[in-house]
Amino acid sequence: MPFRSLTDIQAQLHAGETTAVQVAQLYLDRIAQYNDDLNAFVHIDPENVLAQAEASDAYRKEHDARPLEGLPIAVKDIFCTQNGPTRCCSNILEDFEAPYDAHVITRLKEAGAVLVGKTNMDEFAMGSSNETSAFGGVQNPWNTDCIPGGSSGGSAAAVAAGLTPAALGTDTGGSIRQPAALTGLVGLKPTYGRVSRRGIIAFASSLDQAGPMTRTVKDTAMLTSVMIGHDAGDATSVADAPNFDWLKACEGRDMKGLKIGKPKEYFIDGMDKEVRAQVEAALTQCEALGAEIVDISLPHTEYAVAAYYVIAPSEASTNLSRYDAVRFGHRCDNPEDLEDMYARSRDEGFGAEVKRRILTGTFALSSGYYDAYYLKAQKVRTLISQDFKEAFEQVDIIATPTSPVPAFKSGEKTDDPITMYLSDIFTIAVNLAGLPALSQPCGFSQDLPVGLQWIAPAWQEDTILAAASAYENATDWHTKSPVKFGGEA
Amino acid sequence: MSWEVVIGLEVHCQINTKTKAFCGCSTEFGAEPNSQTCPVCLGMPGQLPVLNDVAAKKTILTGLAINADINLESKFDRKNYFYPDLPKGYQISQFAVPIVEGGYIDIPTKDGEKRLGVTRIHMEEDAGKSMHEGLDAVSHIDLNRSGIPLMEIVSEPDMRSADEAIAYLKQLHQIIKFLGVSGADMEKGQFRCDANVSVRQKGAPLGTRTEMKNMNSFRFIKQAIEFEVLRQIEIIEDGGEVKQESRLWDSVKNESRSMRSKEEAHDYRYFPEPDLPPLRVTQEEVDAIKAGMPELPNQLRKRFETEFGLSAYDADVLTQTQSLAQWYEALVASHPANPKQCANWLANELLGRLKELNKDISESPISAQALASLLDRIADNTISGKIAKDVLDAMMASGKNVDAIIDEKGLKQVSDTGAIDAMIQEVLDANQGQVEAYKGGQDRLFGFFVGQVMKASKGKANPAMVNQRLKELLG
Ligand SMILES: [Zn+2]
Repeated sequence: MPFRSLTDIQAQLHAGETTAVQVAQLYLDRIAQYNDDLNAFVHIDPENVLAQAEASDAYRKEHDARPLEGLPIAVKDIFCTQNGPTRCCSNILEDFEAPYDAHVITRLKEAGAVLVGKTNMDEFAMGSSNETSAFGGVQNPWNTDCIPGGSSGGSAAAVAAGLTPAALGTDTGGSIRQPAALTGLVGLKPTYGRVSRRGIIAFASSLDQAGPMTRTVKDTAMLTSVMIGHDAGDATSVADAPNFDWLKACEGRDMKGLKIGKPKEYFIDGMDKEVRAQVEAALTQCEALGAEIVDISLPHTEYAVAAYYVIAPSEASTNLSRYDAVRFGHRCDNPEDLEDMYARSRDEGFGAEVKRRILTGTFALSSGYYDAYYLKAQKVRTLISQDFKEAFEQVDIIATPTSPVPAFKSGEKTDDPITMYLSDIFTIAVNLAGLPALSQPCGFSQDLPVGLQWIAPAWQEDTILAAASAYENATDWHTKSPVKFGGEA
Repeated sequence: MSWEVVIGLEVHCQINTKTKAFCGCSTEFGAEPNSQTCPVCLGMPGQLPVLNDVAAKKTILTGLAINADINLESKFDRKNYFYPDLPKGYQISQFAVPIVEGGYIDIPTKDGEKRLGVTRIHMEEDAGKSMHEGLDAVSHIDLNRSGIPLMEIVSEPDMRSADEAIAYLKQLHQIIKFLGVSGADMEKGQFRCDANVSVRQKGAPLGTRTEMKNMNSFRFIKQAIEFEVLRQIEIIEDGGEVKQESRLWDSVKNESRSMRSKEEAHDYRYFPEPDLPPLRVTQEEVDAIKAGMPELPNQLRKRFETEFGLSAYDADVLTQTQSLAQWYEALVASHPANPKQCANWLANELLGRLKELNKDISESPISAQALASLLDRIADNTISGKIAKDVLDAMMASGKNVDAIIDEKGLKQVSDTGAIDAMIQEVLDANQGQVEAYKGGQDRLFGFFVGQVMKASKGKANPAMVNQRLKELLG
């Protein structure tokens, strides 16, 4: 049961073989048993979880079940929820309780989901290993000496260890896909503008997008189909976005006629050899399923990380200005004056990585440096979009490794931000171009999961879901689960 | 030495909308502190702005009224600075591409009309209000104003005196009121002005400018500019240099003081607001806004002069506000025979009386039709102009119509020749000596006889007839 997919649990609920309360209790028990080993959840309110499950069971008695009726979903601590704290794993929001639900949370509630709790993450989603969290790091269920990836590391670890069947993450530069890859899950970053950002604490507004982390492609489709839709309260949420039947899109069983682009810039020296071998093996398997592999080039890829680490911190530096100790959040003791209150509260409230990015972004936007940094980075961003556009004239979809390396040891890269930033080398360009991309498990390197990334043109998540479903159907990587937490490797 | 003054003005004008620029909160003035706020205008985590279309439309309308270009695609930017009454730590504004660019306003000067350039109009949001006084060592913040839509109207440095600056501001203020895009109530801070002032020798390059911040009365603005001009000239003539800085006008001490030097100035780190896509409008939308534009003060003035034969002065007085101009047009419509007389009676008699009552034309106790019927009674000789003034008083006090008052008070003018002749004869009989003197050549006694006859008639005799008959009867 703990490693079942959402769709399996849904079938059992529909058949009356179990109840939402039983399902919720099972996961609550597992959280109680394993969370200390993983530190995946930073807030759990069992009574509230059971109350939601009871309400769902009651609803099912009277009505037709809603799309996510009784299904437990964990939520990254970046989503504002009216119940309990929302802290973005930062001390600056130490006592913060949002008086509102994020738009996505409302959607989930309306669909009958049972919200399990808040999951750990890098502080303000700034990190690739979940080690910048004010609540401490998260352990990778496949090897608890290793990081689970970040920033949605808590969500990843929780799903991978069977503490919840699915979770929500957010992805600014790979924060859903990279941890999904490092923990053997499916994770989707939808097209920018597909999911409302309202009520999700902003990191970099032009890049942030919420998405699901699940055990199967179909679960991802099911959850995303509930999350999406125009929200008049988010001006960047696109009205009339092209849509399709998300579950139907997962019925693909072969790849006949599919042209898969294999960009040379994503298969490079210095990446983990086994990761490369597994991804190439996956592509061979796709060929066997009828796909045509086309060698392509995305020539500006090498500038993506640099551009990202100008744009994202620039936006973050001003998005985080609101944490000023005036209206909410941490305030230092006995401030001498306004300046002291700002300086000390922010110094005490923000961790080192967040400060590093605020400083980087503030510098990049400063008069005299703006053209050389921010404006230049925006130009690179345009070129990267252009690369993808040209590539999609030749191919239907692009396949790459999600991460150049499998999960690394905790503490290994914390002293070297540049090496840490390179963890996202294969995921960042997608955010800069606003494209949809999905990571799915495609093998192991040193007993740690390896992720295969699919990238499609904007609004064509259906192409991704079809390819990923066909691959998933032909392989069993998604059925593996960590033995230490009762799974089957 | 001959100094030239160079002035540029930035006006912050509250756009008249029911709800704030980026959230649904009310913009009503004077509510309980922080009662008109929501997570968006409080800058809570995860909250996002959504543009109020009405604010954009009213800014476009203002742009069209000053003959400016409308950018069919404009952009929002963040202006970053920390202040407790700025909840997000940045103000959403338009920096790189404003919605309106390149217009002008014509002002009257003694050398004829002068054209003053308007560089741009952009939209932005207001901040809240910090209150430091009287609250022992604790500052309080009211965020009701946070997120109220403003337009910032930036002029070219085209003004050469405080008077020109004031003429520009008054004209702009009037246009804005006519368009209904802002209450423009200066006391409520709905129309505030920053003035950039510098001096130079005629023909020399621009001097160093200072910025006088946040003034909200024409009188203070004039005083502040004049003070600043003298201050700068004095510094230069003493061999010093004007420092670039922001200054605040102290209307109690009648002087300005330095607020922030150039070195202390903020680096606002403007950059494109990623939460708002570019604002796009179509030419058709702009045309529709243009089609709905009311007649502007300048056009009205010119029409009043040509169509109704008014003097420039009267035309100016009657176009001060839209409601006054409309009142005047209604008056002329009901009394079309004499538009000039309508103007005199409205501008001098009615407005004078309203002013004493501290009332606006829109609060007038009598209608344009009622005043027209009074003018009709003068025209048809029922009453004289002099009596009409008393009737107007009575109408305003009682609200009764003109004929009722004339009847009630027996004020009907005497135009019957027989009756007037009888009164004249009585006056002449009683003043034989003066009659002899008049006939002996003392012409100025004619006025004496008119006065006596009018007195005898208690003012009701038709003065024109009295004149005519007197002349005849005196030979
Ligand atoms: Zn509000």
